[in-house]
Amino acid sequence: MPHGPDTAKGRETPGTPGTPGTPGAPGTPATPGTPGTPGGSNAPRARVVRDAVRDALRSRTGGSLGAVVAKVTVLGLALALAVAGAFPLVDAGNWLGLLLLAGIAAVIFWIYLSKRKFPAKFLLPGTLLLLVFQLFPIAYTVQVAFTNYGDAHRGSKEHAIAAIESTNLEQVPGSSRYVLSVATDDDPATGRLAFFLTDPDTDEILLGTEDDGVTPVSPAEVQLDDTGQVIDADGWTVLTGQQLAARGGELADMRIPTDDGAITSQGLTAAVELRAVREYDAGCDCIRDRETGQVWYADDDEGYFVGEGGHRLAQGWRVVVGADNFLSVVTDPVIRDYFVGILAWNVTFAFVVVASTFFLGLGVALLLNNARLRMRRGYRVLVVLPYAMPAFAMLLVWRDLFNRDFGLINQLLGMNVDWLGDPWMARLAVLIIQLWLGYPYMFLICTGALQALPREMFESAEIDGAGRWRTFTTITVPLLMVAVAPLLIASFAYNFNNFNAIHLTTGGGPFDPENPRAGATDLLISYTYRLAFGSGAAEFGFAAAVSIYIFGIVALISWAGFRRSRRLEEVYR
Amino acid sequence: MGRRSRHGLPAVALGVVMVLAACGSGSDDEASDEATAGGTGNASDEGNDDAEGEPESASEGRLLIWADNQRAPVLEPFAESFGDEYGIEVEVAAIAEDLESRFVEAAISGEGPDVVVTAHDHIGNFVQNGVIDPIDLSEDQRQLFDEVAIDVATFEGQLYAVPYAVENLALVRNTDLAPEVPESIEELVATGQELVDDGEASEIMSLQVGEEGDWYHMYPLVTSAGGYLFGRDDDGEYDPDDLGLDSPETVDAFKRIRELGESGTGALKRSIDGDNSRDFFVNGETAFHVTGPWSIADIRASDVPYEVSAIPGFEGEGPARPFLGVQAFFVASAGQNKALAQELVTNYFSQPDVALALYESEPRPPALLEALEQVSADDPDIAGFSEAARDADPMPLIPEMGAVWEPAGIASASIVGGEDVEPALDAAAETIRSVTD
Repeated sequence: MPHGPDTAKGRETPGTPGTPGTPGAPGTPATPGTPGTPGGSNAPRARVVRDAVRDALRSRTGGSLGAVVAKVTVLGLALALAVAGAFPLVDAGNWLGLLLLAGIAAVIFWIYLSKRKFPAKFLLPGTLLLLVFQLFPIAYTVQVAFTNYGDAHRGSKEHAIAAIESTNLEQVPGSSRYVLSVATDDDPATGRLAFFLTDPDTDEILLGTEDDGVTPVSPAEVQLDDTGQVIDADGWTVLTGQQLAARGGELADMRIPTDDGAITSQGLTAAVELRAVREYDAGCDCIRDRETGQVWYADDDEGYFVGEGGHRLAQGWRVVVGADNFLSVVTDPVIRDYFVGILAWNVTFAFVVVASTFFLGLGVALLLNNARLRMRRGYRVLVVLPYAMPAFAMLLVWRDLFNRDFGLINQLLGMNVDWLGDPWMARLAVLIIQLWLGYPYMFLICTGALQALPREMFESAEIDGAGRWRTFTTITVPLLMVAVAPLLIASFAYNFNNFNAIHLTTGGGPFDPENPRAGATDLLISYTYRLAFGSGAAEFGFAAAVSIYIFGIVALISWAGFRRSRRLEEVYR
Repeated sequence: MGRRSRHGLPAVALGVVMVLAACGSGSDDEASDEATAGGTGNASDEGNDDAEGEPESASEGRLLIWADNQRAPVLEPFAESFGDEYGIEVEVAAIAEDLESRFVEAAISGEGPDVVVTAHDHIGNFVQNGVIDPIDLSEDQRQLFDEVAIDVATFEGQLYAVPYAVENLALVRNTDLAPEVPESIEELVATGQELVDDGEASEIMSLQVGEEGDWYHMYPLVTSAGGYLFGRDDDGEYDPDDLGLDSPETVDAFKRIRELGESGTGALKRSIDGDNSRDFFVNGETAFHVTGPWSIADIRASDVPYEVSAIPGFEGEGPARPFLGVQAFFVASAGQNKALAQELVTNYFSQPDVALALYESEPRPPALLEALEQVSADDPDIAGFSEAARDADPMPLIPEMGAVWEPAGIASASIVGGEDVEPALDAAAETIRSVTD
């Protein structure tokens, strides 16, 4: 969209409405999109400014040909995307989704074609993005947390029943594996299909159809090739490989009923007579084994078929389990016993990482902020390097560096420290790694904040006779903290859940040999990862519940942190 | 404030663009949300599919095969000629990452490939989620395969995959440093120790343990010393109720393993892990390396003269029995074209030339006896791995196995590190039972 030169004919504010310093608008809420906040005595002025903004915008958006073209193009694209998005929804029969899509498209057009509704024009994109990228994943996670979604509980009950029945078929005892050819008495592309089955043991030939079952065929009516396959039959057209391949989906679904079961194709040239070993009985809502007589009843609370003695069939389905996942975090002895210890280390880890990276970063930033230092830029690049390396790879490299027998660190220092095998050394190791990875970030933000500090303050401090240390503690640090405190809290929240830092280095270990469940460096997130996914079967529902807990903890700590940092800002004022 | 309003117009443009993005992904999410409510797929998966720009869904008249990056190009020409024969389009998609979990996710929502190429140890998970179909091979066809390979792909009495290659651990020996095949672990350690004392090597042997342990690599030693993981019933099926990790036999076995560890001879070390174990061998720093066929390409690329043989057992005890696994072809139950998929897997990919082509791309013993014979005549490595497989145990497919790896690994690492045997094994066994009960 063209952003032409500032030729707007605003009454008061040419081109740059609301810029501080523009006459008539100091401190007024001139942001377009903020509908008139009556600013007390400033209210009339605010209205003037708002009108000016409106005029300015109107003259631009409505004025130039380029703007019209851009508007048409972009709205056209929006329409095209909406139409493209509609097809899969129609396919899936998702009418609610379609309605929503149509609604969104209509709102977009209504708002952007209107000459008014400036606030909405600015609010709509943000609101939509918020809904899609912020609220939807959270809502989805919460929803999953109330289900047993995970391996064996991914699909529907129908899917589970189908899977149980299809994996519990057996060849009818005494039956042969037939040589199959498929024929039709009509057009090969559309006609009803029938099986010609040759029993390789007896050379008997059978004709099988889905309606009439199997009937013997006289060998005189058919012609066989040397594998015993029927290649020609009176009154029938035998399908060629290609003709058959085109109807492969149909073929696989064909069941030729017999007395003991049904004949189904296996590939394109073989067929076997199968019978169900386990079958679903809708009457008792159970699975019955016809050989052993065992019965497994559907348990719709757990999403399993449960038999006598609590034996469960492997295939389950997804059900809503209510607060079970949340409760098991609190009541499961395995989780409960180690939770406090892990939480304590987790808080320590996040705190120490933030503190150490901050102080080192600040120190280096102060050093390199000295104007008398030569080649400052070169040093800064060197300092920032670890930040520019992919952390993923660096974590693996550091793990090797800490290898007891072959790692560079022990070799350089001539020590034999069991870095990754001793609990305290392993904790120290992960802290060192995070210090190395994290301090360049702190260096960057501290450098930025230091350079933004107003020079006059230091000059007046110097005039007042303040020493260097006093200037640092009473001016530099408080001013700096205003800028970086929120970032420190964010860094804390990030490190609190720094899964890679642990998973890729110690894997949570070392483990107490008597307790392989919780390692010395486990964070809550790596610990729950092991609980939810470690036993080979993923438990998404449980993992979602735990992540909601962790969210709560982090939110609580961050809230406390922000309260403190607000006090810092008050100091500044 | 000022800055924002100055850029008002571009902001509108950007906003509209973002609306478009939001609108597009919005409908996506709704679609998959609806799908998940009906018990299917997940948004991230669909996103990935789109990103790859590959038509990943099966449809009638078309076959889709998923294989990893290495196998996909090998299978391509065979798939193509199958397609030509039947007048259909056969596509082989190379899935670089998370093939198995992506397959499960796609298959649950009725999408995904018709045929999957992967290792047998996913069978338990696939069956649990109902995404693969049993495979019917005639008795004659079964005879063409290594019997153990068929056993390994059989779960609860049903065959679920057509194997093409076998994999198991063996001993790879530097024939310069150690010309003789060691008869026992003790002999191996003595030879290795001698080489270390003479300064010709730095490590007695290279068997990956790592800080978290490695149950797969430890298992042959455990079995040789008389230990066991799961008991087996009369049909040879593993019995999940008979967990042998804390049995007296396994405790005794680990006492012998402990003597090889850091508090003993130092043949086993936690500092040797999956990342560095191969380096010791290819750099000539150790004479003995316990590894699988996946390492052979690297070892061949080095100048180390080597030979592959069975892992020796402890003196006076049974042979070392590594886990035996297979790489195999699976038929997806969600496929639109199952008859063709079955035909492809049972009659086409089961031909020796496919097995040989796959062998050429990575030297693993073929599961087809005819191909195996042909290959092992010319390739002593394959013969060595086959020899090492003679006493191998099929890797258990029972779902309980998933809960074994980590606790059993941690216990074995602690014991190698010099901790007491019984408490470590008891704790591991208890953890496994608590998960599986």
